[in-house]
Amino acid sequence: MLDDFATWLTFDLIGPLLDLKPGSRLGEAVHFFLYDTPKVLLLLVAVVFLMGVVHSYISPQRTRDWLAGKPLGLGNVMAASLGIVTPFCSCSAVPLFIGFLSAGVPLGVTFSFLISAPMVNEVALALLFGLLGWKVAALYLGLGLGVAIASGLAIGRLGMEQHLEDWVRAIQVGKSPELELGTPSWRERLGAGVSHVREIVGRVWPWLIAGIGLGAGIHGYVPQDMMAGIMGKSQWWAVPFAVLLGVPMYSNAAGILPVIQALLGKGAALGTTLAFMMSVTALSAPEMVILRRVLKPTLIAVFAGVVAVGIMLVGFVFNAVL
Amino acid sequence: MKQIKVLGTGCRNCETTAKLIVEVAAARGAAIELEKITDMAAILGYGVLSTPGVVIDGRVVHAGGVPDRKKIEGWLDS
Repeated sequence: MLDDFATWLTFDLIGPLLDLKPGSRLGEAVHFFLYDTPKVLLLLVAVVFLMGVVHSYISPQRTRDWLAGKPLGLGNVMAASLGIVTPFCSCSAVPLFIGFLSAGVPLGVTFSFLISAPMVNEVALALLFGLLGWKVAALYLGLGLGVAIASGLAIGRLGMEQHLEDWVRAIQVGKSPELELGTPSWRERLGAGVSHVREIVGRVWPWLIAGIGLGAGIHGYVPQDMMAGIMGKSQWWAVPFAVLLGVPMYSNAAGILPVIQALLGKGAALGTTLAFMMSVTALSAPEMVILRRVLKPTLIAVFAGVVAVGIMLVGFVFNAVL
Repeated sequence: MKQIKVLGTGCRNCETTAKLIVEVAAARGAAIELEKITDMAAILGYGVLSTPGVVIDGRVVHAGGVPDRKKIEGWLDS
């Protein structure tokens, strides 16, 4: 239906004014833009709203209580899964990290949570779903969880507790306050959904539209298969390069994904693309800076290294299998 | 006079929260004393895992995200 509407808008309404014809470069680019923008925005609003409501059921305090005392393995699986639905902002990564550890959540389990929470987030999932379909979104979800679980397990096995900053180990965390101020009403839960949409969509929409615009340009003007030579399957270095490139592009997943979608259409490989997306969301430079306050450089390096290896594996395996 | 503390390490949401509380208090003519707590050890001492947190007269009433106006009005009225 949206497709018909975009076609009508592009070629029947605007078309005669700007001389847009089906098959022409500008025509295809404008059609792409008018089709993708409302589709992705609608999906984003719906998913973010739903997540806002889900967040009203799960607080970080509650997640911590669930994870306390869980062994490696089960704990990692639970932590990664809870990372999807627990409200998380990298600005409070430090109190969360220390709060988890001091409540008896093992270091490796804590890391599974810290990796999954920003990576498998609702904005990334909604955009992948809207732009590349539910299969790719499901793959991203499953593989993201896999990377978070495996990386947490690896860090847990390495026994890196002595690489926490000294003040972290000395700190006394207060008893969890009585934050359960009664169960929120349905009205309040829906209100939480609305304010989540305002906060998230309100922040990302300009990036998203700019990204779709750029993607539309690529769609209309970049020659077919141009990307096959750069981001295709045959270049082994494409995956590590994509991971490296993703590190400084934090928080702009909304602007980057539409561009990626357009590049996929021009011959970029899916594994490379997924690896890039994961790197953008999971390995962010500012989060490393924030975590540096609690982790000694060795542990930061191990954390980044383990996650990067996990993401590259995802990329390589995909490029080999598909 | 209510003693209000906003717990947060200086992120944007923490600033917004503090500003909103001052605004609501002014609108209702409520006397408050607002303090921003940015020291990580002190924040953790309250057991708050997600910032911004809000403490009123020594009791944690909120953690994580900017509280909405209605909630703040409730704190000031009680």
